Amino acid sequence: MKYDVLVDVRLRGGIADPAGATIERALPALGYDGVAGVTVGKTVRFTIEAADEAEAVSRSGDLCASFLTNPVIEDATVTVSPAGGQSGDDA
Amino acid sequence: MATAVGVVVFPGTNCEMDAVAAVERLGGVGRLLWHADEDLAGVDAVIVPGGFAHGDYLRPGAIARFSPMMGAIARFAADGGSVVGICNGFQVLTEAGLLPGALQKNSGLKFLCQPTVLRVESSDSSLTCRATVGSELSVPINHFEGNYTCDAETLARLRDEDRIILRYVDNPNGSVDDIAGVCNEGRNVVGLMPHPERACDELLGSADGAVLVSSLLDAA
Repeated sequence: MKYDVLVDVRLRGGIADPAGATIERALPALGYDGVAGVTVGKTVRFTIEAADEAEAVSRSGDLCASFLTNPVIEDATVTVSPAGGQSGDDA
Repeated sequence: MATAVGVVVFPGTNCEMDAVAAVERLGGVGRLLWHADEDLAGVDAVIVPGGFAHGDYLRPGAIARFSPMMGAIARFAADGGSVVGICNGFQVLTEAGLLPGALQKNSGLKFLCQPTVLRVESSDSSLTCRATVGSELSVPINHFEGNYTCDAETLARLRDEDRIILRYVDNPNGSVDDIAGVCNEGRNVVGLMPHPERACDELLGSADGAVLVSSLLDAA
């Protein structure tokens, strides 16, 4: 069956994040005080065909580690759910 | 016979003719190699030049490593062939696993296009074999993601094995340990962010890069 996969890629701690820093610096000028810790990452979404959710998680994790992220500078969280928003038990 | 240097062209590469011009000015022959081909056409050395391979989509170098030519280059390097990645080419070689570490965004958050002074730290590599350890070379940089980083263990290894071959005298981008260029264990694969091919003629403001390009021709 098909699964929706959402990969949330973030820069690891200590890695320069100019986009996040620039946004954070701009916020006070717009009247938004007290906002800190702005980071900018990226989201990758796709669907994957797999026998079950465990296989979808495993294959997505491999894809993430080998291609979608560079582990030297990035971390990622992978979220897998049955395609179309159904729960796995209903499929 | 003149040394033939293959210069790899990906969609988005833009420094290939600079590399060919530098090679030919120094007595070699430059041959463009299309990324989708798998044949190195018998070249004696390879340059992976600068630019924006595959638009730098996902990450610089991330998609380039899947090009068929990269498989041929990995085999060539494993057989001891000399391979140099310049700027985006350095990013491609790290993503391909031919060199350790990664290039993150410059610490000053700015795109940098300026001359830099490099100190030669090792003459034992395919890019520095004709250079003198301790000599200083004026070579330009032109990058946004040139801040070299790696984990502490990798850095210790690079130092212990004398694989940091070039350092910035005045670090422009935040690279760890002022690293401008590194080599692999076999010392035949080299990556650097500065552009020696753009500093091979006094008309360009410096000819200091010539000793590096000449080293590659000698090593081939």
